[in-house]
Amino acid sequence: MSLPPLPDDAVVIGAEAADWRAAVRVAGAALAAAGIARPGYAGEMVRMIEEHGPYVVIAPGLALAHARPGPEVVKDGLAVVTLAAPVDFGHPYNDPVSVVLALAVASGDAHIALVAELANIFNDSSAIEQLAAAKTVEEVHRIMGAE
Amino acid sequence: MKIVAICGAGIGSSGILKVNTERVLNRLGLEADVTAAHLKTLSTDAADAQIILTSPEFVDAIGPTRADIIIVENYFDTDELSRKLQAALE
Repeated sequence: MSLPPLPDDAVVIGAEAADWRAAVRVAGAALAAAGIARPGYAGEMVRMIEEHGPYVVIAPGLALAHARPGPEVVKDGLAVVTLAAPVDFGHPYNDPVSVVLALAVASGDAHIALVAELANIFNDSSAIEQLAAAKTVEEVHRIMGAE
Repeated sequence: MKIVAICGAGIGSSGILKVNTERVLNRLGLEADVTAAHLKTLSTDAADAQIILTSPEFVDAIGPTRADIIIVENYFDTDELSRKLQAALE
């Protein structure tokens, strides 16, 4: 099992974001540009964090933004956004965030293989720093194993 | 043994916790049923759980439980998970 294809439109390098909401919206726009989710999914991801807190910051410097499966999801997929300047999400241990992953899954059952692949990538503790430092879409593809 | 990983949506972060917990248990030679769940289904999913894994935001929402609650800081740090699981299982 590998990650679903990572279209170039789903990768944004050095995005300008004033705060965490803006950063999540950039990632949502990338999912929409790549045809993975509809534009409304960005707002759903923001609402998840407003409702439940910054738990999506699951490792130092990395947020895994996501909402639930639903009509705003077109197909399983992932967007990768690196920020020009890190932003705080208000997390007790893992702020500031320099890489935002946005995850959309069409059904709750199918996603475990996808997140298992994310674990394969990011259990290497250098992967987040490598992504944050990536200068090209090709570098992001290489780190994400999606050459 | 039953272990439940909790997040807000029941996908994504709790899925990563499930996958990495299974890897750590395998490494420790332990067997458990590990479930990814979200807060709305927690009362049924975690009724007979021995361990609940989650991030600090959800501790208050979990409410009274007989399970040990483990707070995970870095979901990709399997050494942290291994240390905390071993401490809870002693």
